[in-house]
Amino acid sequence: MTYGPSTPKPSPDALASHGAHHDDHGPYAPVFAAGTAPRAELDELLTRYPNKMAGLLPALWIVQRERGWVSDEAMAEVADALDLTAAYVKGVVTFYTMYHQHPVGKYFIQVCTTTPCHVCGAEGVVDAFLQHTGCGELGVTSADGRYTVIEVECLGACGFATPVMINEQFLESVTPQRVPEILAALP
Amino acid sequence: MGYPHPSHPRETPVLSKHFGEPEARTLKGWRDRGGYVALEKALKMDPAEIQTIVKDSGLRGRGGAGFPTGVKWSFMKPDGKQHYLCCNADESEPGTFKDREIMRWTPHALVEGVALGAYAIYASVAYIYIRGEFTEPLEQVRAAVKEAYAAGVIGENALGTGKTVHVHVHQGAGAYICGEETALMNSLEGRRGNPRIKPPFPAVAGLFGQPTTINNVETLAATPHILNNGAEWYKQFGRPDNPKSVGTKLFSVCGNVARPGNYEVPLGFNFGEFLWDLCGGAGEGREIKAVIPGGSSVPFLTAEECRTAVMDYEGFVAAGSMLGSGGVIVFDDRQDMVRQIARLCRFYAHESCAQCSQCREGTAWTTKILERIAAGDGVAQDFDTLLSIADNMTGKTICVLSDSCATPVVSGLKKFRHEFEAKLKASPNVVSFAGTATAAAAPRAAGPTV
Ligand SMILES: Cc1cc2nc3c(=O)[nH]c(=O)nc-3n(C[C@H](O)[C@H](O)[C@H](O)COP(=O)(O)O)c2cc1C
Ligand code: SF4
Ligand code: FES
Repeated sequence: MTYGPSTPKPSPDALASHGAHHDDHGPYAPVFAAGTAPRAELDELLTRYPNKMAGLLPALWIVQRERGWVSDEAMAEVADALDLTAAYVKGVVTFYTMYHQHPVGKYFIQVCTTTPCHVCGAEGVVDAFLQHTGCGELGVTSADGRYTVIEVECLGACGFATPVMINEQFLESVTPQRVPEILAALP
Repeated sequence: MGYPHPSHPRETPVLSKHFGEPEARTLKGWRDRGGYVALEKALKMDPAEIQTIVKDSGLRGRGGAGFPTGVKWSFMKPDGKQHYLCCNADESEPGTFKDREIMRWTPHALVEGVALGAYAIYASVAYIYIRGEFTEPLEQVRAAVKEAYAAGVIGENALGTGKTVHVHVHQGAGAYICGEETALMNSLEGRRGNPRIKPPFPAVAGLFGQPTTINNVETLAATPHILNNGAEWYKQFGRPDNPKSVGTKLFSVCGNVARPGNYEVPLGFNFGEFLWDLCGGAGEGREIKAVIPGGSSVPFLTAEECRTAVMDYEGFVAAGSMLGSGGVIVFDDRQDMVRQIARLCRFYAHESCAQCSQCREGTAWTTKILERIAAGDGVAQDFDTLLSIADNMTGKTICVLSDSCATPVVSGLKKFRHEFEAKLKASPNVVSFAGTATAAAAPRAAGPTV
């Protein structure tokens, strides 16, 4: 696999410092263990579709919400839950850009740089995030494990250039000047 | 309204009337604004009758292709099979952000349109496929669906009519191509989002292999208004000499423009007045150089062409472009068109699903060549190479993403050729006889290769 600007890199620092999110050390703890809330959520979701396979994207979203990323073990678990093979699940995971196949920083920052934002100066916003987070480079997690910055394609908010997503939070009309204040406001 | 700007007096807000009003997001707020009257009316009608009204209204798909909605619905017959409605809320076409505003300000407008559409095509189940990055629209639409279920507006015995309409929200996971209708169905089924070869068309074998209709958010959100006010009412919006394009349309305006945002105007509106009066022109004392009027997949218009273009399906074609999704991207006189076209192609290269060779290779090589030209290392031969790649990418693949990447290259080389030429490397090694057999056969001189 090649690493483009939109692909977070597996950084040893991130692996070591991922705190609450990491689950790559020690035995794998299932996400969908019987009797848990995620299991109940998945079971309810599956009632909406005529087959189990359609529950794949929703199941992967639950995994990512619970664990911060989608590990190979998690893919195997999801495969098991939906009567699929692990290889099939991996094939699907790798198609989509939003599932993290490696741990990422506590704050995953996505900046749109597609043409409409590009003409409004999105590159400056990217540079400001790279500088003020200390990441320095796209896709690399900062040494303290706090930040990963990537460029993304059109976020569907082109009239509010430059839109930025920090985890689930969607920010509009971000300028390079606002970046320090945005970062300072993160808990 | 031109949210976040106040509505311009020349706008005709139908879909956007309640943008910016937080109360409109709740079931009560929506009912206070006349919501769910159309759905109740519809559920008491024969689905075929609804199909006829929508057909008569002249509504055409707002997702890009402009296919007549009523005609699409009429492919669905009461054949006893399980039917599905898919609502395409994957909105990822650069320049387009109208569905986002419909969903985050008036989520019940969409739920109502989706339930109505599902009933009209004999489907008991509808899925709203929302792109994964749309966190706020996802939250709003999920909340609206939940509220509608709890109030018995949808579900079994919807609005007490004895009819069943289930509406489910499905979250995408980041892939522009999942906006293509059959890719969306594959994605919903838990597969990679590769478009399918057609035929079979979705009306025959779509989602889960069943007869399926797919419509854009804006298309579905318009249908309750048509049911409430009638086909004749809807047809009044448009120019009298063009009955093929009627209704109001949301245009998203972005790029180098004084007042970016969404504007709702009747089809047939003058594009010059729209750009310079409603949107305020380029702003910052700049001039408009180029405009993409319908999302990144349609050809450029020059400022001159914009002045006289008419904003409807036929009008934009006559001007040399297309209405597409209604995403208007403005480039001012500072912009380097070669760089901007290269950036657009990079988008398509990133988003190609890679199952067709012409698209996988074509999007990547086109981007590399354009980036090399933009960096000042281009040679005149590159233009022919680009056009020949573009030709190979057009009309030859499973879906039109490939064609969409070729579009800005061909139209850019036609309308802004001088900018490309100005960037060519002045190299003594390269003798250029563009277009002649000699040039084509000449080995590329030592120099940067793509
Ligand atoms: C590459 C590609 C991307 C598309 N993206 C979208 C999209 O994000 N939203 C949308 O409504 N239609 C999109 N379309 C068009 C759909 O395939 C389809 O025509 C549309 O959803 C039909 O709905 P309508 O008839 O209501 O317009 C896309 C098409 C292609 C080829
Ligand atoms: S044209 Fe491109 S995006 Fe469309 S199916 Fe072929 S490879 Fe995929
Ligand atoms: S181009 Fe940046 S949000 Fe669309």
